[in-house]
Amino acid sequence: MKNQAKIEARNVNFYYGSQIALKNINIACEENKVTALIGPSGCGKSTFIRTLNRMNDVIPGIKIEGDILLEGENIYHPKVDIAVLRKRVGMVFQKPNPFPKSIFNNIAYGLRINGMRDKRKIEMIVEKSLKEATLWDEIKDRMDENAFSLSGGQQQRLCIARSLAIKPEVILFDEPCSAIDPVATAKIEELIHQLKEHYTVIVVTHNMQQAARISDFTAFMMLGEIVEYDKTDKIFTNPSNTLTEDYITGRFG
Amino acid sequence: MERHIDEELQELKEKLLMMASLTEKNISLSIQCFKEHKEEIVQDVYKKEETINFLDIEIDQICMKLLALHQPMAVDLRYIASSLKISSELERIADQAVNIIDRSLVFINSHPQKPLIDISRMASLAQSMLKDSIESFIKKDVDLAQNVCRRDDEVDEMNDQIFRVLLTCMMQEPTSIKRAVDLMLIGRHLERIADHSTNISEEVIYYVKGKSIKHHCAD
Repeated sequence: MKNQAKIEARNVNFYYGSQIALKNINIACEENKVTALIGPSGCGKSTFIRTLNRMNDVIPGIKIEGDILLEGENIYHPKVDIAVLRKRVGMVFQKPNPFPKSIFNNIAYGLRINGMRDKRKIEMIVEKSLKEATLWDEIKDRMDENAFSLSGGQQQRLCIARSLAIKPEVILFDEPCSAIDPVATAKIEELIHQLKEHYTVIVVTHNMQQAARISDFTAFMMLGEIVEYDKTDKIFTNPSNTLTEDYITGRFG
Repeated sequence: MERHIDEELQELKEKLLMMASLTEKNISLSIQCFKEHKEEIVQDVYKKEETINFLDIEIDQICMKLLALHQPMAVDLRYIASSLKISSELERIADQAVNIIDRSLVFINSHPQKPLIDISRMASLAQSMLKDSIESFIKKDVDLAQNVCRRDDEVDEMNDQIFRVLLTCMMQEPTSIKRAVDLMLIGRHLERIADHSTNISEEVIYYVKGKSIKHHCAD
């Protein structure tokens, strides 16, 4: 169903040891929309986005309370298979992190470990994913080259293609453009805009103009709490909360 | 926290206020010229009109620069967008001052007739609307802005009334047609000043509250 909450946080508290990092987070991210999380450094944006595919689980001493629902099902339920969850909820990180393999194998790897053996099918999906990540035309003749030979922006799009190959439902972007130049940033932003047709996208960004350009909804976070969550045009033209207003107009932060 | 953009926003405000004050002055001079038949005012109004036009261009440039370089958000964005529109409204009000002056030259050395009294009242009301719309901008006073919007109907009514009286005059005395038409047009110029002042007030409400009340779309 379109425009329904694809992934939702309900009363989520998150602790690093005894220190609370997220306080009573409630947010419902709509399907086929881009939701941006903005806020000053240390406000909990990255911590929150990492709770959505349980990336924080590997950190010792963490504790999470409340529910994260993916299509209504709590992803923290003991019976949830984390590998399946991460297949459904993909992630792209701040710095491009391709595997030290060929361009082709960067994408084929995920398919193979997911049990795919049909070489022709793998080739087809690799090509489709690279096209979807708007990288195909630039690298179609260089598939055997090492992924590190690509530029930063191309590497980031390769990482996006890699996550698309396993057909996620939700894609999380944790500051996807902070390590790349403005031209590459523009390409990634355009790509994110296109991706929402098939995926639900959640983006953490430090760049408010970027949030304004690419997202449908924006959540402003501060000190581990969501101060305001609304349609992006409302947040950037007429926010309801003075804290949001002060932050986005650069009066603090 | 004092921001780099604040200095430029202040500069924008100063230019707008300068433009507003010159516009108010020109309206008042043009009405004085019409009532008192003083030809010496004319050049002064033309000169101020030039400065107003120049300020309009300058304000456009400041706003474009602010938008391009600072990517303003929320109240800053609304302030700049409203400033662009307010300066354009002021420029059009100032044009009406020139229209009134041009039209008034006809009356110099001629005898006043009855509708002049009504035009005088209408001029006072239009002037007070302009003054209050600018004050509402300076003070971010939404109530005052709303009050200006309400007064617009009164000016429209006065204009209709003047039209009816002048029409009767024209029918009774065809030799008065030229003068009556000029008076009608002056009524029309004043009515436009009230309209533009209402637009300014609507912009003030949008800038302060983030809510558009244009074309009666309050909700």
